[in-house]
Amino acid sequence: MSAYPDLVSAFATGLVDGDLPPGLTARIPQEAARRFAVYRNNVAISLTDALAKRFPVIERLVGHEFFAAMGRVYLDANRPKSPVLLEWGDTFPEFLADFPPLADYPYMADVARVELARGHAFHAADASPIAPDILMSAASDPENARLGLHPSVQILHLSYPAVSIWAANQTGANGKSATLTGPEIALILRDTGYQVPVVAIRAGDAALIDALQNGRTLLLAAELAAFAQAKHDPQPLLVRLMQAGAITLPKETP
Amino acid sequence: MPLTYAAGVGFKPEHFEAIRTTAPALGFFEVHAENYMGAGGLPHAQLAQLRADYALSLHGVGLSIGGADALNADHLARLKILCDRYQPDSFSEHLAWSSHGGDYLNDLLPLPYTEETLTQVCRHVEQVQEQLGRQMLLENPSTYVLFEQSTIPETEFLTEVVRRTGCGLLLDVNNVFVTATNHQTDPLAYLATFPLEAVGELHLGGHSEEDIPSGPLLIDAHGSPVADPVWALYCAVLDLTGPLPTLIEWDNDVPDWPVLMAEAARAQTVLDRIKEVSLERVS
Repeated sequence: MSAYPDLVSAFATGLVDGDLPPGLTARIPQEAARRFAVYRNNVAISLTDALAKRFPVIERLVGHEFFAAMGRVYLDANRPKSPVLLEWGDTFPEFLADFPPLADYPYMADVARVELARGHAFHAADASPIAPDILMSAASDPENARLGLHPSVQILHLSYPAVSIWAANQTGANGKSATLTGPEIALILRDTGYQVPVVAIRAGDAALIDALQNGRTLLLAAELAAFAQAKHDPQPLLVRLMQAGAITLPKETP
Repeated sequence: MPLTYAAGVGFKPEHFEAIRTTAPALGFFEVHAENYMGAGGLPHAQLAQLRADYALSLHGVGLSIGGADALNADHLARLKILCDRYQPDSFSEHLAWSSHGGDYLNDLLPLPYTEETLTQVCRHVEQVQEQLGRQMLLENPSTYVLFEQSTIPETEFLTEVVRRTGCGLLLDVNNVFVTATNHQTDPLAYLATFPLEAVGELHLGGHSEEDIPSGPLLIDAHGSPVADPVWALYCAVLDLTGPLPTLIEWDNDVPDWPVLMAEAARAQTVLDRIKEVSLERVS
């Protein structure tokens, strides 16, 4: 006889629809439903709180009440599959894009993509920055040199100015409202101080990073960047990446 | 090395700077295992530094030991990696369930105490101990409901889990108080039948209170100071057991570091007094 799996199933279902599982009681049995509601509440609140922790700017933009209600809708269709909640919510940007009450705010999904990428960068694997002398010798031999990038480095091509919106919603932002037009490209990485800045970059920089991540030589990466953006100068980006500790030894090439 | 017989606190990243600069004399730090299951970055850097300076208790909240499903093999493998990497002085989990049918519910949910669940919990505890290659501590829960299906008192259930698996217990004193209040039972009677000799660690935390017709309903919220009756119960426990590693849990509305340290200092004062009394008894 396996009564217990049936009971757990009924309990789990009840957490969603509110029906009291069979056998659930209390010292005063009439209070069982009120007490069961504590568990229902804990599950919903703790999970929407976990979501808000990953997407604080979205919560700020829509407000706490709206976010909590929206989080429950998301939760009903996207239950976490793992106890590692720092990995839960990867589908939230797509959910926002299709969430009818936010139809007039199409930039929300892009802002969420920025926050999601920041979370990935924060928890990305560690990798040591390349030694300065190796980087110098690579720079002097661009035809053959390949560089690696830190696992946290990500490029996002955004349809909306989500980098500016994200930045305007950080504490200490200068209060200037973002210009809400046009696409942006975001560069997100984790620096050596474990900060995860978000900056807008141009097409040439994005092409350069994409090429380096795909194992192209420094020379080819620079050519691809110039193709994406006329007269592109790779140096400022490479300096910025180096200062952030985001340039590593290349992955082993076959 | 077991945890030292001193007060410790649950580590929160916002306290890292204060800990680094003040180097507090604490017995140990405890972390939730699931918060350290990312690949790298700040959480691991902080934990590695804490580990270098203090004893460490790894406390799981997501294994679902009391669940009806088989244990999540991926999750157990992640715990094994964490244990191998940080060599914690203690690993503990809960007598509760949190996953079902592949969904993770993020709460410590209650189970009826029956022969069937006893067999299941023992199987899971044995599996954890085998996989991690170490003894684990199992924590008594806070509960808000009862089950008509239950046939075994909670303390008898825990006694039997200890007897069959050789695991230790984590006695959460706040949970004893919360559960006893919620079901209007006597916490001292609970302690009288609790297998105290198996206890390797104590937890103290704050609870919140709601009013329902039959009286207060206490919620294990970990968002406030330890309540006075829980301190009294803590003293009663130590009278029976002598000093034990004691954790202050404060997971929500995390206070400034000095507030948390004051709670730990209060526990340490009680521990020191108990040590003196124990010594007097010996001499």
